[in-house]
Amino acid sequence: MGMSRNAKINTLLLLVVAALAVLPLALGLGEGKEEPFSGADAQAEAAITELKPDYEPWFTPLYEPPSGEVESALFALQAALGAGVLAYYFGVRKGRRQGAAAAAAAAGSGTPGDTRAED
Amino acid sequence: MHIAEGFLPPLHAAAWGAASAPFVVHGVRALTREVKENPESTLLLGASGAFTFVLSALKIPSVTGSCSHPTGTGLGAILFRPPIMAVLGTITLLFQALLLAHGGLTTLGANVFSMAIAGPWAGFGVYLLLRRFGAPLMVAVFFGAFSADLVTYCVTSVQLALAFPDPGSGVAGALAKFGGIFAVTQIPLAVSEGLLTVLVMRLLMQSSKSDLVRLGVAKLAGRSDRKAAA
Repeated sequence: MGMSRNAKINTLLLLVVAALAVLPLALGLGEGKEEPFSGADAQAEAAITELKPDYEPWFTPLYEPPSGEVESALFALQAALGAGVLAYYFGVRKGRRQGAAAAAAAAGSGTPGDTRAED
Repeated sequence: MHIAEGFLPPLHAAAWGAASAPFVVHGVRALTREVKENPESTLLLGASGAFTFVLSALKIPSVTGSCSHPTGTGLGAILFRPPIMAVLGTITLLFQALLLAHGGLTTLGANVFSMAIAGPWAGFGVYLLLRRFGAPLMVAVFFGAFSADLVTYCVTSVQLALAFPDPGSGVAGALAKFGGIFAVTQIPLAVSEGLLTVLVMRLLMQSSKSDLVRLGVAKLAGRSDRKAAA
């Protein structure tokens, strides 16, 4: 494979992150739980009700997604927005670098036979 | 680490709000100064905010059999210093509180304090300390991002323990309980966040070295190169 050393290290980093996320699922670490792989935030809410059974939340969200599906759609939207901006950033940087490299090549190596670089 | 809407008693909610406000106000000033003095930073600032957006939206399974999400605040704290991260983190938390009913307006102060203030400062501190002791850039970046993530969840545990002490064992007992839910779950996620932050920093080294040099994260040439040139 013609992967550079850099690309290999980057791929390896992604693979380790993926493995860290998948292993708990593959090893069935959620087994025996009432709700396997529920959110830690929700568990904290349950712990509060356990510690102080008479506690009543005194404020409710102004807007609540009407269903789990809509909620996950909004979470996906959040991730997509972030990923889009990151991709835009790296795209712009790459374009600038290539533009600068092309300009340097055109200015530096104006060989006699190469007239197009003079335009 | 998002304390749900209405889940902190009013007094606690107000106190955390008061504690966070000056950091965010100071952060807004630092952010406007950075954009004014270095307009070329704007794009990278956006990318840092975007990184927090992505990472805090990903709920990832952990070894405890529950799910939690990274914070993505270490990167911006290392690049632009923690005050600016206080603003970027607050924007993310506001988005989640208003649109996703994740976190809340009454608990915004507490959530900002853990994710946008305590985490970034801890991460930046660890990063700086390791750099001072001569650690390689990527090692310092990894542990900085790891600490920013983990400290955020430890602070959330403290906030909840202070508000809901265990009837028998007090604040310490409640801290053990919330710590068990948050901090232990978070360790593998903090490792993931450290690795992803290293990945982005590596990509930045390839694409935006000049920005990293200006921000003091990278040097133009290695120390040995400079010695050779002298």
